[in-house]
Amino acid sequence: MSTASDSGAQRRGKAPAGERVADWADGRLGVYSLAKANMRKIFPDHWSFMLGEVCLYSFIVIILTGVYLTLFFHPSMEEVTYHGPYVPMQGVKMSEAFASTLDISFEVRGGLLIRQIHHWAALVFLCGMFTHMMRVFFTGAFRKPREINWLFGFLLFFLGMMTGFTGYSLPDDLLSGTGLRFIEGVFLSIPVVGTYISMFVFGGEFPGMDLIPRLYPVHVLLLPGIMLGLLVAHLILVFYHKHTQYPGAGKTEKNVVGMPLLPVYMAKAGGFFFLVFGVIAVLSAVATINPVWTIGPYRPDQVSTGAQPDWYMGFAEGLVRVMPGWEITAWGHTLVLGVFIPIVLFPLVLFAIGLYPFIESWITGDKREHHILDRPRNAPTRTAFGVAWLTAYFIMLVGGGNDLWATHFQLSINAITWFVRIGFFVGPVVAFIVTKRICLGLQRRDKDKVLHGRETGIIKRLPHGEFIEVHEPLSQEQLHTLTQHDQPDPYEIGPAVDENGVKQKIKPSQKLRSKLSKGYYGEDNVIPKPTREEYHEITSGHGHH
Amino acid sequence: MSSHEISEAEEKLPEARGAESAVRPVDDPFADPGLPPHEHRKQDIDERAAKRSERTVALLFTVSMVATIAFIAAYVAIPVDRYIYVFPIGHISALNFALGVTLGIALFTIGAGAVHWARTLMSDEEIADERHPIEASPEVKSKVLEEFHTGAKESGFGRRKLARNTLFGALALVPLSGIVLLRDLGPLPGTKLRHTKWARGKRLMNYNTMQPLRPEDISVGSLTFAMPEGMSEDQHDFQTEIAKAALMLVRLQPENIKDKRELDWSHEGIVAFSKICTHVGCPINLYEQQTHHVLCPCHQSTFDLSDGGRVIFGPAGHALPQLRIRANDQGYLEAMGDFPEPVGPAYWERG
Repeated sequence: MSTASDSGAQRRGKAPAGERVADWADGRLGVYSLAKANMRKIFPDHWSFMLGEVCLYSFIVIILTGVYLTLFFHPSMEEVTYHGPYVPMQGVKMSEAFASTLDISFEVRGGLLIRQIHHWAALVFLCGMFTHMMRVFFTGAFRKPREINWLFGFLLFFLGMMTGFTGYSLPDDLLSGTGLRFIEGVFLSIPVVGTYISMFVFGGEFPGMDLIPRLYPVHVLLLPGIMLGLLVAHLILVFYHKHTQYPGAGKTEKNVVGMPLLPVYMAKAGGFFFLVFGVIAVLSAVATINPVWTIGPYRPDQVSTGAQPDWYMGFAEGLVRVMPGWEITAWGHTLVLGVFIPIVLFPLVLFAIGLYPFIESWITGDKREHHILDRPRNAPTRTAFGVAWLTAYFIMLVGGGNDLWATHFQLSINAITWFVRIGFFVGPVVAFIVTKRICLGLQRRDKDKVLHGRETGIIKRLPHGEFIEVHEPLSQEQLHTLTQHDQPDPYEIGPAVDENGVKQKIKPSQKLRSKLSKGYYGEDNVIPKPTREEYHEITSGHGHH
Repeated sequence: MSSHEISEAEEKLPEARGAESAVRPVDDPFADPGLPPHEHRKQDIDERAAKRSERTVALLFTVSMVATIAFIAAYVAIPVDRYIYVFPIGHISALNFALGVTLGIALFTIGAGAVHWARTLMSDEEIADERHPIEASPEVKSKVLEEFHTGAKESGFGRRKLARNTLFGALALVPLSGIVLLRDLGPLPGTKLRHTKWARGKRLMNYNTMQPLRPEDISVGSLTFAMPEGMSEDQHDFQTEIAKAALMLVRLQPENIKDKRELDWSHEGIVAFSKICTHVGCPINLYEQQTHHVLCPCHQSTFDLSDGGRVIFGPAGHALPQLRIRANDQGYLEAMGDFPEPVGPAYWERG
């Protein structure tokens, strides 16, 4: 204290209490150096940057409510007979897990609310991650130096799905038990080791007595622990890289324009946590989610119709539902392709988007840092790929709910299934072509706007009777925004014979790369942006439009 | 942004704009004009407006305090088993509704107050911060590499190959202990998946009444579920056994049965099939009596019960196993053995 007060002595008397606490902490944690770099850190403002915040805050809400639920939930499959206040279930045999879920819902005051906040927040969390990833993907925010952070985010999404699934399996209700039976079928379909995996996971034959007690630590400790680590790493990298920004006046690759963390961003982001939490709380007050008491306890010989997983598993569900039942039996063994192929396809389709940053940087050979976001139209092939992927995803989501589509829209389930089977392959191709055309069309529109100005809708009559529409030139800010993007040349393999007459060996991977690169930057995939000469030529001659 | 553009357009008609464009740098019309000048908000110039904003923020925070008190009051006052009608949601738990809405308001108004404060009263001037390349400078890089080489050399990791390779060996082997420890997670599969509780002479018990079934209990067009005699919900392994033994019965006109073996294994047109779907093991529970099709509600596999339980649609890979039944001396239906093949989903050893 005495050395710290040396500086304070000059200011006559003692430093304020806050400063003394900070001094104390600085001597041990170095808080002043930390604050110097971060306290006034600049964060750009845009609504789409809040999608990631929604994920962060819903994750915190999930952790808080989850800890509360562990105080009352019994992860046990021991059979008990229900004697609680919920009359329809009185005298029914059920597992302790299910009974304690009923207790949380009917006896613990506020227990139902916390359960529903937990479940709603999980849905919001995954939905938030999905849209956040779409924002990052379509604006090219995943490019160097942020590829690894994209991967962290992707893993968070993937683990979020797993945590969600293990979570809604815990109450041991009829619906979630059916989901676990499906998992047993998935394990059994794995060639050679499938039955062993199934026996080891379930502690014997399905369902056994071990599964819920085993899922419990996975759901409350293992997966959230890994996710918390990834989340912290994700945020550290966001701080370290500094946030990306949309193109505009004054925004360059070398700066970041926005509001300082203290006070504006802290108030907005901190406030946004309460907004997210508040909305989820009201949602949980007015919209029942997963009413396990109407579904009943799990019994392997019972099932309810319209069985649906939570939305984020719908894609996997769709793959499993529409896959033809291929089974190959030979030499006393069975290859259960009808289940195994969808289950392999499920992570593969996800990882196609997870590894995309590395694929794109290999194709384009772009090794520069990018901090200015792409407008999706200026990266037509990437945008088209993203839309194609989403098309496949959502068609499979339809497949996952084919029974609900059939009953709600009076359609034949066979017709829906066939639509999904064909659509899964055709839909993305159509979406790719259409999206690319739209992107190129928008590029042309930008070019027109730059060269000819904005259509004002004002019709002017010239002295000799001619009508013309008045085009208003764009402001320099707009001109800059519409023309600031790069249009690199596609990757070239180089001449087959170098200057010394030595034949170059061209690897197949180079050929592929060159071909794909043309698909990104080749002539048909880019509308050349207006040049200064074009602009001067058009703007110098008056009266041309 | 767009409304701003329009108002600007109204003020400055094309003729008026001409003069402005001449000011632009002639060489590059697309040059970055730099950050636009900061525009003051009403609160920045008018203290009364700022005071109004402050009062709004304070009001929001006060509402939050009131809502928290209401939350506590609701927790204490409303019984947990009170149900109320709320339009348009319906009959819901009064406590859940009250707690959720008050908590939601208490949280939301804190957020709304903070955001309103930030938007109206805190500085909204945009500031530019510099970025620095993530990559290290060449000097730093060469210094680090040099230090690394020194360290690596001092360790002798490259030179002492015997020590290094045995270290790799030891590190590769030691996780095996962890894998071995997982062995007791469960028993080996053996032939467990091939057998169910069904056996010769076991009567078919009605799944609801737990009474033995007679042929006359099963009418044309109905779907009846059964389990083997001697099973009860109180048994420790009931869930595991019923997961394999669940049975469904339908009565067909014998002349409608297309499959010869199915006809042989039936009794007076009553056929018994496993209720466990051969896709991933959901119980089948939908029966279309006109077509004799059954449908699994999980993934919509459809089986034809008049044709050996054949798959006619959906993702299932093989027919439903049939249980051979007959009526015994007392007139009760009984099994003539276990299922001839494993029930439920296929697996590698199934064959």
